Amino acid sequence: MIKGISEAGVHEVNLVVNDEHRQLHLPPWVTLLDALRNHLGLTGTKKGCDHGQCGACTVICDDERILSCLTLATMKDGSNITTIEGIGSEDELHPLQSAFIEHDAFQCGYCTPGQICSGVAMLAAGRGDTREEIQDLMSGNLCRCGANTNIIDAIIAVKNQSK
Amino acid sequence: MKKQNSIGQPYRRIEGALKVTGRAKYAAEYQVEDLLYGYVVNSKITKGRIESIDESATRAVDGVVEVFHHDNRSSLPRFDLLYSDMDAPPGSPFRPLYDNKIQFAGQPVAFVVAETFEAARYAASLLTVHYAEEEFDVDLKANMDKARDPSKGLATFIKPLPPGPRGDFEKAYAAADERFEGKFHHGSQHHNPMEMFATTTVYEGDGKLTIYDKTQGTSNSQIYVSNLFGLSMSDVRVIAPFVGGGFGSGLRPQYQLVFSVMAALELKRNVRVSMDRRQMFTFGHRPETFQHTRFGATKDGTLTAINHEAFAETSNFEDYNEVVVNHANMLYPADNVTLDYKLIPLDRFTPMDMRAPGGSTGMLAIETTMDQLADQLDLDPLEFRLRNYAERDVSSDKPFSSKELKECYRQGAERFGWNERQPTAKKVRRGNRLVGHGMSSGIWDVIALPGKATATFTAEGKLIVESAVTDNGQGTYTVMTQIAADQLGLPLESVSFKYGDSKHPLSPIQGGSYTTGVIGSAVKAACLKLKDKLFHLAQIMDGYPLGDALPEDTIFTDGAIILKKDPSVRIPLTDIIAFNRGEAVSVSKSNVPNLLKIKQYTRAAHAATFVEVEVDEQLGVINVTRAVTAVAAGKIMNPKTARSQILGGMVWGISMALREETLLDNNLGKYVNTDLGEYHIPVHADVHQLDVIFVPEEDRIINELGAKGIGEIGVISMAPAIVNAVYNATGKLVKVFPIKLGDLL
Repeated sequence: MIKGISEAGVHEVNLVVNDEHRQLHLPPWVTLLDALRNHLGLTGTKKGCDHGQCGACTVICDDERILSCLTLATMKDGSNITTIEGIGSEDELHPLQSAFIEHDAFQCGYCTPGQICSGVAMLAAGRGDTREEIQDLMSGNLCRCGANTNIIDAIIAVKNQSK
Repeated sequence: MKKQNSIGQPYRRIEGALKVTGRAKYAAEYQVEDLLYGYVVNSKITKGRIESIDESATRAVDGVVEVFHHDNRSSLPRFDLLYSDMDAPPGSPFRPLYDNKIQFAGQPVAFVVAETFEAARYAASLLTVHYAEEEFDVDLKANMDKARDPSKGLATFIKPLPPGPRGDFEKAYAAADERFEGKFHHGSQHHNPMEMFATTTVYEGDGKLTIYDKTQGTSNSQIYVSNLFGLSMSDVRVIAPFVGGGFGSGLRPQYQLVFSVMAALELKRNVRVSMDRRQMFTFGHRPETFQHTRFGATKDGTLTAINHEAFAETSNFEDYNEVVVNHANMLYPADNVTLDYKLIPLDRFTPMDMRAPGGSTGMLAIETTMDQLADQLDLDPLEFRLRNYAERDVSSDKPFSSKELKECYRQGAERFGWNERQPTAKKVRRGNRLVGHGMSSGIWDVIALPGKATATFTAEGKLIVESAVTDNGQGTYTVMTQIAADQLGLPLESVSFKYGDSKHPLSPIQGGSYTTGVIGSAVKAACLKLKDKLFHLAQIMDGYPLGDALPEDTIFTDGAIILKKDPSVRIPLTDIIAFNRGEAVSVSKSNVPNLLKIKQYTRAAHAATFVEVEVDEQLGVINVTRAVTAVAAGKIMNPKTARSQILGGMVWGISMALREETLLDNNLGKYVNTDLGEYHIPVHADVHQLDVIFVPEEDRIINELGAKGIGEIGVISMAPAIVNAVYNATGKLVKVFPIKLGDLL
């Protein structure tokens, strides 16, 4: 029960988030992004614009990268969501997370979870054969610190590892 | 016996794993009990008064707790001084919710606090504010007649106004063999860090607050909140270990901080206020600036006359100034110079330092003017700059504390392959694209400020160093750890740098490329004092193991003091603490720059950038295909994080030349492209091969570390080099930035 919200307007939403079943009771206007950040405490997914323009909120939903700020949580009832917290842990980093550290592919770190989720899903989909293609396919994820070349280098390094 | 050195090593960021796993927490991400959410309502008019506010629809929304505005806010101070912050320019700082006066479009006029974020946002949209509109002036060009000198204050001390005239410019310009006159313009630009401004205030009871704020200065926010709300500094703790970019926007406290604290104190609850992206365009920004250059040279390529004038916007309540016109004569020793920098007050918010403030604006005009003159003289642009190379700063008649710009030119040109440049436009093609090469010099003044740090050695063998300084992504956390480790000869794992918290020693705001120099020197000084204290304790240990050895006869390495002449005499630092009855040894030290010494020199970082562009002849699309920036910025603490900072600067240069501008509708008095869909910054597809060279440079003058700082220097030479490359490709000189496709058709 959320304080200040009448019970009638609340919907049950069942999600599998990072392999864990999570049941939420939310008004229909709560975005997936706010559900993750404010209701599940998964703040690794970032809010950079709330308008689908920056990519910071990218999560992987049923193997596809989506913008969680343009998605209402209730639309994804029954879906499988992977956030940055589910990609890898500090003790067991995903190869792309390690590559980001090695290539210094971030500075402030705020766009980083979105960049990594986007990169992981792109690689898993078998896309991005050339540097130019990867640049194009990653262009929905903005980086204001200007870590662009390091981000692409990190993704290419992982792509080459798996060859 | 070799001493360990971590300074200069390309260490990975210490906080890297936290950032790539999403565990690094930013201001809006702290989980606190019973949290309220605030949402801000912004003025729909540009100038005037609020006549009335109808709250009824807002208050009717389920979950709304309170609506705050000028009529019902808690008491705020009356004196300007209490609204001042570390980056406040001369004038009267903006006072959020102070009265019913509207001074700029998007001014916050109210905020709604609710039990959920969604309720607060929805209820805020229902607030009806009735305004009485007044005529406004936001148009810089239309108000050029109001141009006047900036007021003087602390800001003009740190960012000096232009020096007086030298020689006789008009006479020399008239007598010059070649002359170039240019009029340049760029619009306002907004920092737009990826993280939007947010503050989570935890109400601890008894008037005590813990504030998670997005800021570039925890001490700055702490002092500001204490002054505004009449709280004791010790009751206000501001925490910001992770900041999702600042680029200058966090140098002044923003209004969400005021509102979060106001609501927490009033409601005695925990309150979070976050801005939305549109609101990120409602405060400080890089000022729209017109520039006028007139440079003259003799046939042999000697620059004889420099005139550089700038006209920049400021608000009607503060005089923001930046160093726009001072650099031409620091770089090129012409003898006849007049410089002028004027402000035009408008009904817009006060501008604010934005990455490479002033320098990136001024050099855009200076370096394109230089290239045009070189072209007229039939000289290679690099050769022209070398013929006018300043071995001494004639503008202030001082030597440089160090200057390896010539080496930047040489190494940059070689790496880039500058000798392959074709001097005439439209000579090189790749398919339907014209290829052009351009270059530019870069310069950024080194700022010296006092800094403070504490250093503690613990019984567990850990060195703990503390400063309130933030790390917005520059790498401060890692670099300070390296600096501390080296002083006591410890591995990085044995050092813990505590930062981003106002409970640590006061730090200046993090900006101006001075953090490594200022806080790094303080860290070094504190560690040296600690080392001294540990040595003196070791001297009196049982059995006097050091005998009559002096500090210089010993070396701190591997967590021990070792006698140089007899390395078998080894006293582990933990033994010293044990001798100290197990009590940690702690010192505090301020580092104050020796102004008498450093003022005798011109102190600046330098750079040279070489750029290749491709321009689609039919469509006008410009692509920066590759670029090399060679930087001379004194000692580089960590080449890995430093390289990233320069790369970031280069991307900002691409943005300044080709992408970003906040468009102002002069009739509406408002910025119109206030989101990331329409405010363009480079995306991955726009950023290609970028290369960074650090030219070795030793500087014993500037600070204890010989580090000039690199936050700004990477930006400055990039944009003009792009403009010059576009000219080299197309024969078209664009002087209104960013360059748009249509400009080349």
